[in-house]
Amino acid sequence: MAAQTLYDKLWDSHLVSSRDDGTSLLYIDRQLLHEVTSPQAFEGLRLSGRKPWRLDANLATADHNVPTTLIERRAGVAGIQDDVSRIQVQTLDDNCDDFGIELYSINDLRQGIVHVVGPEQGATLPGMTVVCGDSHTSTHGAFAALSHGIGTSEVEHVLATQCLLQRKMKNMQVRVEGELGRGVTAKDIVLAVIGEIGTAGGTGYAIEFAGSAIRALSMEGRMTICNMAIEAGARVGLVAVDQTTIDYIGGRPFAPSAEQWEAAVAYWRGLVSDPGAHFDKVVELDASTIEPQVTWGTSPEMVVGISGQVPDPADAESDTRRRGIERALEYMGLSAGQAITDIRLDRVFIGSCTNSRIEDLREAARVAKGRRVASTVKQAMVVPGSGLVKKQAEKEGLDKVFIEAGFEWREPGCSMCLAMNADKLGAGEHCASTSNRNFEGRQGYGGRTHLVSPAMAAAAAIAGHFVDVREFDHTPAPQALSA
Amino acid sequence: MQKFVRKAGLVAPMDRANVDTDLIIPKQFLKSIKRSGFGPNLFDELRYLDEGFPGQDCSQRPKNPDFVLNQPRYQGASVLLARANFGCGSSREHAPWALEDFGFRVVIAPSFADIFFNNAFKNGLLLITLSDEKVDQLFAELYAQEGYRLDIDLANQVINTPSGESIAFEVDAFRKYCLENGLDDIGITLEQADAIRTFEARHRASQPWLFRG
Ligand code: SF4
Repeated sequence: MAAQTLYDKLWDSHLVSSRDDGTSLLYIDRQLLHEVTSPQAFEGLRLSGRKPWRLDANLATADHNVPTTLIERRAGVAGIQDDVSRIQVQTLDDNCDDFGIELYSINDLRQGIVHVVGPEQGATLPGMTVVCGDSHTSTHGAFAALSHGIGTSEVEHVLATQCLLQRKMKNMQVRVEGELGRGVTAKDIVLAVIGEIGTAGGTGYAIEFAGSAIRALSMEGRMTICNMAIEAGARVGLVAVDQTTIDYIGGRPFAPSAEQWEAAVAYWRGLVSDPGAHFDKVVELDASTIEPQVTWGTSPEMVVGISGQVPDPADAESDTRRRGIERALEYMGLSAGQAITDIRLDRVFIGSCTNSRIEDLREAARVAKGRRVASTVKQAMVVPGSGLVKKQAEKEGLDKVFIEAGFEWREPGCSMCLAMNADKLGAGEHCASTSNRNFEGRQGYGGRTHLVSPAMAAAAAIAGHFVDVREFDHTPAPQALSA
Repeated sequence: MQKFVRKAGLVAPMDRANVDTDLIIPKQFLKSIKRSGFGPNLFDELRYLDEGFPGQDCSQRPKNPDFVLNQPRYQGASVLLARANFGCGSSREHAPWALEDFGFRVVIAPSFADIFFNNAFKNGLLLITLSDEKVDQLFAELYAQEGYRLDIDLANQVINTPSGESIAFEVDAFRKYCLENGLDDIGITLEQADAIRTFEARHRASQPWLFRG
């Protein structure tokens, strides 16, 4: 057989049938559900008298609307102040009850952001197809799982048929070779990639991230990278299986049982692109040249290294581009040529499905330890990705590190990533955020988002403006904190 | 999805280009948990004089008397006559849901936005693309005659006007088949239920760890 890419293998192993026009029916192994995009899908099933095809393929949790303060959380769903949010969360609970779908409701220790919860439970496994009514489903590709973000009609389609209608994408490989500098993280790699290929660079492609710098990353880091594949226009991001993948999965609740483990691992080891497999496009980056990244504009591709400046629209290579920069600078309240380190912050948000896992919190805590959030920063918050991440962080004493430094320590959820709950930016406020989208109004009406890594966000909170985290002394490794 | 049934439908005009999905259904209604019930908020900002919010009793709100859908002559309309690039903007499926819930079965325009086009057919709404001239002509006839109805004959792909003219239109064969039989994507996919089951059994045999029950 001809050499295949990882994407080709995953596609072939889930293909139920194909029409002449290329529309194919793909079998779906796992559907993750949350409260915002599922209610109409469940209603659709009811109206048409259909039942879910396979209950055990589904797993649900509430994340987008949930409040993150302990006061509101104590009373469970009933305690959600916003009526519309409460109804959405309650509806997810009711639907899962009615149909018999496994759910981690608001105060379950396993509740959290759907893209943190899936992998954490082992509900995302190599070789699977994974869907969710959310574009950041690309996250799960870090496990060599073919993962698509889908719309509400498709959520219903998958519930009812266990299949998704798809057309095959093209293959792209992003190779990142070499070693990352100290203080430079997965977030910086992916922002640099988006800066390089643009937000539409991956449109129509499944991107496989490869190279020694990717192999050297933890699963958390790989998830951060695949999470933002969608910000490069690609619905699918992938990383091949290696020992790091396998080690992460062992012992998780949904992982294969002891009798099946060996067979599963043997299968998973084949989930790599064959030598000589054809990629329609290849992009190469040298990891050693990547600096900590900061976005200055209103699209993730508007990004620059920490030592850089806000660009001058006059230097733009095209008229459209120039107008785009001008509009972004006006919205962001920045001027051409301004040093990135001169941007002052009003709020800092450490969280979201991009950067709210234990490793992210460790990185941020390492920077925050023994320091204080600048008095000019109105609010710095840390929102763990799940109840289990929160518990682990507390076990390691990270919560104390944050609280002593002046950060708020919150309950798990999407929070200020999209401001569907009470956590929002005010108009004109600048925020160092570890999330994935810096669109106008994303974190609150008129809010100004700068995307950065967790370490860079923590450093910015302490300095009150962006600083090069590499200039901060790193205190001992986080594991030592719990001792 | 309901079957498309031939009947002469009362026509209402939406006489402006680039009607976007935000205009069709504003974003505050996306927090709803329903697929139905968007009808009262269709074109909310045009239709009412106050700002709408989810869950409100719309019958108590001040209506904009100038807006076409509030005028007595267009009550009960099921065909919407529109201008170019109808349905542009966000991908929200709430837009076709709102049009259908209000009672529209057909939208006629010189062009439609891509995503809206797909979403509409997925939800049983027939979109007909006609030339600018034909749309102009229909607008003129509609304004001239109260109670103006068009007979949409999907089977023969023609629109019959009150004056006896027949206007042919194109529709993708697969989409036509779905509409005529009331089949949504799910219905079509379920026709392959045996193939899915066969695949599933094979899949389970080779990767049993993917199945918990
Ligand atoms: S954290 Fe943000 S990007 Fe991720 S699922 Fe939640 S809202 Fe979407």
